[in-house]
Amino acid sequence: MANNILVVAEARGGDVRKVALEVVTAARALADGLGGEVHAMVFGAAGIASVAPKLGAVGADVVLVVEHEGLATYNAEAVAATVAAQITSGGYRAALFGASAMGQDLAPRIGAKLRVGVAADVVAVNAEGGAVVVRHPMNTNKVIATMVLSATPALVSVRPGAISVGQSAKAGAVQGVSPAMEPSAGRVKVTGVTMGGGAKLDLAEAPVIVSGGRGLKAAEHFSLVEDLAAAFGNAAVGATRAVTDDGWRPHSDQIGQTGRQVSPDLYVAVGISGAIQHIAGMRNSKTIVAINKDKDAPIFKVADYGIVGDAFEIVPALTAAVKAARAQQ
Amino acid sequence: MKIAVCIKRVADMGARFQIGADGASVSDTGIKFDISDFDEWAVEAALQQNEKHGGGEVTVISLGPMAAQETIRKALAMGADKGVHLSTDTIPFDGFAIAEALAAELKDGGYDLILFGRIAVDSAAGVTGAMVAELLGLPCVTAISKLEVNGTSGTAERQVEGGVETLSFPLPAVCTIDQGLVTQARYPSLKGIMAAKKKPLESKPAQLGAVSVTVSKMELPPERSAGRIVGEGAAAVPELIRLLQTEAKVL
Repeated sequence: MANNILVVAEARGGDVRKVALEVVTAARALADGLGGEVHAMVFGAAGIASVAPKLGAVGADVVLVVEHEGLATYNAEAVAATVAAQITSGGYRAALFGASAMGQDLAPRIGAKLRVGVAADVVAVNAEGGAVVVRHPMNTNKVIATMVLSATPALVSVRPGAISVGQSAKAGAVQGVSPAMEPSAGRVKVTGVTMGGGAKLDLAEAPVIVSGGRGLKAAEHFSLVEDLAAAFGNAAVGATRAVTDDGWRPHSDQIGQTGRQVSPDLYVAVGISGAIQHIAGMRNSKTIVAINKDKDAPIFKVADYGIVGDAFEIVPALTAAVKAARAQQ
Repeated sequence: MKIAVCIKRVADMGARFQIGADGASVSDTGIKFDISDFDEWAVEAALQQNEKHGGGEVTVISLGPMAAQETIRKALAMGADKGVHLSTDTIPFDGFAIAEALAAELKDGGYDLILFGRIAVDSAAGVTGAMVAELLGLPCVTAISKLEVNGTSGTAERQVEGGVETLSFPLPAVCTIDQGLVTQARYPSLKGIMAAKKKPLESKPAQLGAVSVTVSKMELPPERSAGRIVGEGAAAVPELIRLLQTEAKVL
């Protein structure tokens, strides 16, 4: 009991998000190291209990289901109150969150309620001699801190994409939990949620990211980047700060020091010179491809593969070649 | 409105960082410092709110070593009215310890709005704002990219993965500021810099809370091994495809 791990498994639109499976995977390894169980807590409208088998398949012994019509979208105050109450009554050793928009909002609220710190946005979490130890990239990913959490519960948010989803079938036994606070009693009200196109992959979850910079010269030329992303089939579209500041793309697409920090399997930088601001957000990508007309552009210093030349000529050729390569698979 | 903005002095992220002699810190040697980007936008947002509504007062609060007063002076030069320095030789890595000190300072301030940057660009945790809100029992909206307030309530937008949430909340409240809320923070004018020298800046010891998250080691990530130029122009595409398939195995 005292070594059990609680996971807040993020759900949206009636399904769990990939980050939830990643965090349960991390929690499973931690629980095995400490000799405890994994309890995954999921919030949603009626029917969200149907995600339990997915959470069980990646290592949840128990799935704590909080179903309420007022929890169909993230309700910070009700969720924080319910998670804090569960941690207190369940005597958990640690609680893990995704370092997503939701988890980054939620974890510190729980920390303050329980009067303990939070290790945020970690890329590894381990049990070492009974302690919870994490690794957290800081200073725009230029430094990696190893942090020790001495309090119980240890609160940790895990960077999306940092952990590969594992397979570790556990029971995923469903238990109903009531919200500790009536969701409609919250002071902050979500009055609307506008989602982008249904097929659009999020930057944190996409295995491939194709990004564009000022080298594309105009907003309408981003269609080149979008076409290449579509050819990969599993790609999201990113942008540099210069491009989002100019309004060519929404700020939510910005990758860099003040934007999203990503680590996809493949990052394709099109017309991006490679300012420090941008590199800070994508340097941890596994493979980086750069296409730029300036052979001395700093982006080539971090790229595994570079092509020097005109993006307007190279990108359409690459798009066709990627399509052809995928058609053969 | 009476607005407080909590700001942090951070290293210039353009630097080539070195690990300190203790192996658990980042060396300050040769490093320039400035206000964290998001905090600078929070100061700008506070100034814009009061310019829009007329009157009001902006207080900037910074926890840190003596040099944090330089960061406060910059915010005063931008137009903030007064500063509070919560003095501590070292800033803990535990956001809760910091949140306790800030909450102690903020709780009797009578602020309508308390702003933070979404994260400090150095420690990159983003926990302090929501913790302070919780400690003060105030409503909180994090990572906002749009803000409208009137005397008693506000609305905000926050980016979530693949979408945007719109929220409403009563004042007083705590908001943490993401990019997009302001396009560019103003530069301090010469007049502003001169005026800042005469603005009140109070310094007092930080009443830090208990620390339960500590750094045991800092290291630099492995350098990326040098890449290669595959070729020039569209003629290089077939070779790139081959490398992505056979060497990187990502296609």
